[in-house]
Order: sequence, then C-alpha cells, then structure tokens
Amino acid sequence: MLRGVLAQCATAVRVLLVLTVLTGLVYPLGVWAVARLPGLQDKAEGSVIERDGRPVGSALIGIDPVAKDPKRDPWFHTRPSASADGPLGPADPRVSGGSNAGTSNPELLTDVRARRAAIAERESVPAARVPADAVTASASGLDPHISPAYAALQVPRVARATGLPAAQVGQLVAEHTSGRALGMLGEPVVHVLELNLDVRRLAPAGAS
Amino acid sequence: MAGFAQVGVLVLALALIYRPFGGYLAKVYSSPKHTRLERGLYRLFRLDPDAEQRWTGYAVGVLGFSAVSIVFLYALQRLQAVLPLDFDRGAVPPAMAFNTAVSFVTNTNWQSYSGEQALGHTVQLAGLTVQNFASAAVGIAVAIVLLRGFTRASADRLGNFWVDLTRGVLRVLLPISAVFAVLLVSLGVVQSLAAGVDVTNVDGSTSSIALAPAASQEVIKELGTNGGGIFNANSAHPFENPNGWTNLIETFLLLAIPVSLTRTAGLLLGSKKHGYVLLSVMATLWAGLLAITWWAETHTGGAASALAGANMEGKEVRFGIPASALWAASTTGTSTGAVNAMHDSFSGLGGGGALLGMLLGEVAPGGVGSGLYGLLILAIIAMFLAGLMVGRTPEYLGKKLGKREVTCATFAVLAMPTVVLLGTGIAMLVPGTRDALTNNGPHGLAEVLYAYTSAGNNNGSAFAGLTVTSDWFQASLGMAMLLGRFIPIIAVLCLAGSLAAQRRVPETAGTLPVTGPLFASLLTGTVVLVAALTFLPALSLGPIAEALA
Repeated sequence: MLRGVLAQCATAVRVLLVLTVLTGLVYPLGVWAVARLPGLQDKAEGSVIERDGRPVGSALIGIDPVAKDPKRDPWFHTRPSASADGPLGPADPRVSGGSNAGTSNPELLTDVRARRAAIAERESVPAARVPADAVTASASGLDPHISPAYAALQVPRVARATGLPAAQVGQLVAEHTSGRALGMLGEPVVHVLELNLDVRRLAPAGAS
Repeated sequence: MAGFAQVGVLVLALALIYRPFGGYLAKVYSSPKHTRLERGLYRLFRLDPDAEQRWTGYAVGVLGFSAVSIVFLYALQRLQAVLPLDFDRGAVPPAMAFNTAVSFVTNTNWQSYSGEQALGHTVQLAGLTVQNFASAAVGIAVAIVLLRGFTRASADRLGNFWVDLTRGVLRVLLPISAVFAVLLVSLGVVQSLAAGVDVTNVDGSTSSIALAPAASQEVIKELGTNGGGIFNANSAHPFENPNGWTNLIETFLLLAIPVSLTRTAGLLLGSKKHGYVLLSVMATLWAGLLAITWWAETHTGGAASALAGANMEGKEVRFGIPASALWAASTTGTSTGAVNAMHDSFSGLGGGGALLGMLLGEVAPGGVGSGLYGLLILAIIAMFLAGLMVGRTPEYLGKKLGKREVTCATFAVLAMPTVVLLGTGIAMLVPGTRDALTNNGPHGLAEVLYAYTSAGNNNGSAFAGLTVTSDWFQASLGMAMLLGRFIPIIAVLCLAGSLAAQRRVPETAGTLPVTGPLFASLLTGTVVLVAALTFLPALSLGPIAEALA
C-alpha cells in the first residue's frame, strides 16, 4: 500500500516536470516566438503608439491627461479610475482594478456626486447631462474608451480651449469612434488617446 | 437588441462545436491507441499505459499529483527572488504562497495577490500556467472515470490516471490553446516578456505600463475554467480582453468543454438522448442565471448607481452591461471565476445572481469535468428521491443505487455547503473581518459569503472588496478550496468503483426513463431545491436584504 503510494508520488514528480517543460515553457515561449511575426509583434508588446519615434502610450490603456491650466483644458478625459488619488485624478497604470464599491455604498455615492459636479462645471453643462460612464470607475481602472455621449459632452470645451472649430473636433470624435463588432459585440466606444493625439497634432499651441 | 444577438452568436458557436468536439473528447478517453509522443513520455514516466487502476489507485494518483503540485508551486513562489524575470517582485510571503498554490492546483484560481505586482513571469509561466492545464485535465479525467463506472460491469479497473491526464493535456488542452493564443494576440492581447513599457503621455507626464505573457495564459484560464488573470483586473484588463471579439472568444472558450462534455457523456453512456437531457438542465439553469443578472444590472441598483444613471461602476465601456452580465453568468456557472467586470460593484440582485451560479453547485454548466460529475451526482440524488416516493430501489443508467452509492453522492453534495456555511459563519466571528470589508451591511456579509462560496466551489471569482491577505483568510480559504475540491473527487471515484463492480440491471417497466422532460424537470428541481434549502437563510441576510433595502 505505502509502496504503491510512494511509487505514484514518484510518477507525479516526473509527470509534473514534463508538464512544466511542455505547458510552462515550450507552449508560452512558442506563442511568444510566433508573436514576433510582423503584424503580431506590435500587438503582443502592448499596441504602443509612437510619435516622432517616442512611445506616447498604448492604444489599449487609458491614462487621463491633466491640463496645465484647468480653465483652458484642451483634453478629452477618460473615465475615473479606482487607482487615482482624487475622484477624477489620473490612474496609475502599473496597477489595475476597480473600486469594488457596491451600488449602495455611501462612499461611492459621495464620489459619484463629486464627479458629476466637477464634470458639469468643467463642461459648463447641467449635471443631468453627464453620462454614467463619466462618473463611475471602470473595472480595470485603465479603460481606454469613453461612450460617444461622454465624448460629445466634451467637444465644445475642447474646441474652445484649442481654438479648433467645434465641427472639426466633432469630426475627430467620429473618426475615433468604433461601433460594435459585427454590429452586435460589445458597445460603441471612443478611443481617448488617439483622439487626444489628433487634437495635439492639429492645435499644438492650444494643447500645451 | 445587440445584447440578445450577442448571446445568440455565442449559443450558435457552442451548438456548432457540440457534436464534433464532444465526439472528439469521447474518442480521446476511450481509444486504446497511444501516439508516438505519448509512448515516449510514458517511458519517461516509467509506467505501463495499458495497466489500469482500481478506484483507490486512481485516487492515490490524483491526490499524489495534486500534493506534489502544491509543494512545487509553493516552493517556486518562495524562491521567486532568485528566479529570472521576477522584476524585483521578490519572494511571495508564506501564507499567500500556500493559498495561491492550493488555489491553482484545485482549479479555483482565487487570487489573494495582485497579478502584475506580486508575481514575475517565471512563476506565472512555469508555475501557474502549468497548473491551469493540469488541474483542468484532472477534472475531466475524474468525470470520465465516473462515466466508466456506469458503462463497465463486474469490473474493478477504471482506467489509468496518468494516461487520462496526459491525453487531456496533449490531445485536448494544448493544441486548442496554442491556436487560440495566437488568435488572441492578433486581436490585441499582449504576449510580452518585458516588465512593461515607459511612455510619455500627451500632457507631457510619464507613465510605466505593465506588460506580461498574457495570451498564452488567457486561453487556458478560460478553456480549463481556471480563471486566474495574469493582471489584477483579470479579463477586464484591456491587455487581456481588448474588444468585443476577444470577449466573445473568451466567453466561448470558458463554456466549450463543460457544454461539450454532455455530448461525450451521451456517447460513452450509449444514450445521446441522455446527453441532451443533461445539456438541457445545464442550459436552463445558465439561462436563468443570465436572465437574473442581466435584468438586475439593467433595472436595479443602489443610490450611487441611480445617481450615476446606470450600473457602470466596475464595468468597461467596450463591454457595457449586456456583455458583462453574459460573462458573469458564464464565469460563475462554469466555476471559471475570471471576470470582465467587478462583481462586487454589481447591484444586490445582480451580484446575488453571480453568487447563486456558484451555490447551485457549479453545474450550470460547471467546470471542466467537475460540472459533469457534479450534475451526475445530483442526478443520483434525484433518482434516490424519486425512489423514496415510489418505494422502490432506485436505478440510474443501468446500475442500482444502493447504500454505498447514495452515501458517496451525499458526501459529494454536502462537502461544498458545509465548507461555505461554516467558513462564512466562523469568519464573521473572527476579529478583524469587519475591517477587511469594503462595504458594510448586507453587502459586507455578501462579500464574505461570496469568498467562501467561491473557494468551496473552486470558482475563484471574488467580491474583491474583501481584503483577504490576513493569515486567517489565506489559511481558511485555502482549506475551503482543498476540501471543496478533493472530498467530492474522492467521493466520485469511490462511487465510480462501486458502480463498476455491479452487474448491469435490465431496464423494466418500472425504470424511470432518463431521456425525457420528466427526468429533466426532476433533475433541475433537485438542483434548485438542494441549493435553496441549504442557502436561502444566508442569501436572505446578504443579497436579498440588499436588493429589498
């Protein structure tokens, strides 16, 4: 009996070592090697966007930009993040995660109220027009997208701050909006970083 | 509308693979032939692949392999500081290393650590990815043994664990993972060996973005219903799940094996119709859970979500509410535990739906293998109840359900509720638990109940507001995972041994047919009744109280 148990444990060690080599090294490193192919490598390394040869962010990671002068704020803003210091501060992309606050959590209620007020003031609109994704922290804390409604809310302010015509800014938003895949998968989104890079390209003076 | 279409596409994809994949799985575990690679490996393992084991030998194999795996994974984490690609994340503390080792070996993938901060790439790949494969293959193997118990007569041999394990990894999990990992990379999932990338943001500030070999682990964590994300935010992280396509593929992967195994069961049991009946029960429960969660997330919530205008706290814009609810029902119904939205921030009823998915005993459709054997066990309970009603010795699939069979089934069914309710009860009395909560009141109790439910069912998802890094939580949740995994497994193997030893009893006019709606309703009723009788008081104090508040 005991000998049988020991024999099987010895087999277990051998099997585990072989599985470790196959599934823990050969498989992931094989996938890594295939992911070096042109067309895959950029995605495997984080879909990093470069401008003038310098990495300016990832197309998939939302980091909220901070305006130098809050009165002339030229940026489209991402959603709030649980890893940020204040209710609307920029996230720390080294960590990911949500607030985990329940829908009746009083601290979350305070945060939502503060975010609504701050965004309504920033965009000069009544609080009732601020959409839900603008006042709630995402699951990852790094959501790269906002809803088309939140983007539309920000167009007049960005146009004012940059001096670009509102129609042109609205056109940029449309260019960086993706619908549902196949018309049904997921939800329509606006890519915040790509949008801001275009704003900076067209209005380098305003966006500083 | 788009939300319904999304569910439709998922169901259609599963329907398309159901027969070929279920058939393939049946062949994998019943073919007498070994491939050349396998024969070479068996020589390396120094075992005779054609020597079958009794249920006891098989159980020793499962337990021995799991014990060795836990020790190895614990050691790997403790030695992280001297391993390559650890990025100065250092040795994992003992309690956390124990909890994590148990978690991944039991197919739970409960995570008390923060992925991108605590673990380097070597532990992720050589430790966690390996157990994603192995624990999944163990689960399928145990389910197959139970099927053999029904199909064999007057036999004492049930197969060879090492052969079943090897075939599960080499013929099923590894090839599918390799193909889908590359597909996910092409859709934007990262597969990098770098620690991260430094960027200069549009506003001139600088940030460091964490990277990891995510694609290879993402696939097997869904396919094997494991669920442990390489990043803390799991499949809500844009690098793990960047768009609607990847979300559909990942949801599909986590349902593929548990669903198709009912076809495998139908084929091996010689009654495809019975396979469809099992599938219909799983599908009904899953659809019910989805309906509850989706409706609750769209229509209910607390003061904070009412002010915000929608339940978007803890959800990603690219998924929205429908795809988050679909994932939540699927991940808790399958014992996967990966998340694409934070369940703790769901409404009382929506989070309660996710909790219920686990409390049903993970049979909707359950984890790889564990879902099938879980449902077969509940079928035995259902037949026993039916037998009591008509005063006749119950039979199921040509075998008599005597004292020993019903005892084994009872142990398998009661292990999880015992662990969940005792664990939650004791945890509420332990000083410090209240400080570990993010939310108070009924939602706070729900956080603790969810933790022990997730551990006891080897699910791994969390109401992550609960801080679980204290020694008490690490140790008690680790024990809950061990008991919740291995008591049912031993009971199932014992049951298989006892069934295989019997002769087949011929079907008579008095045999309850198991291929029609009567049996399907009886089984569904039993699943719901067992869970309701056991957990209604606990649910009333948590999610139900919150939903009514």
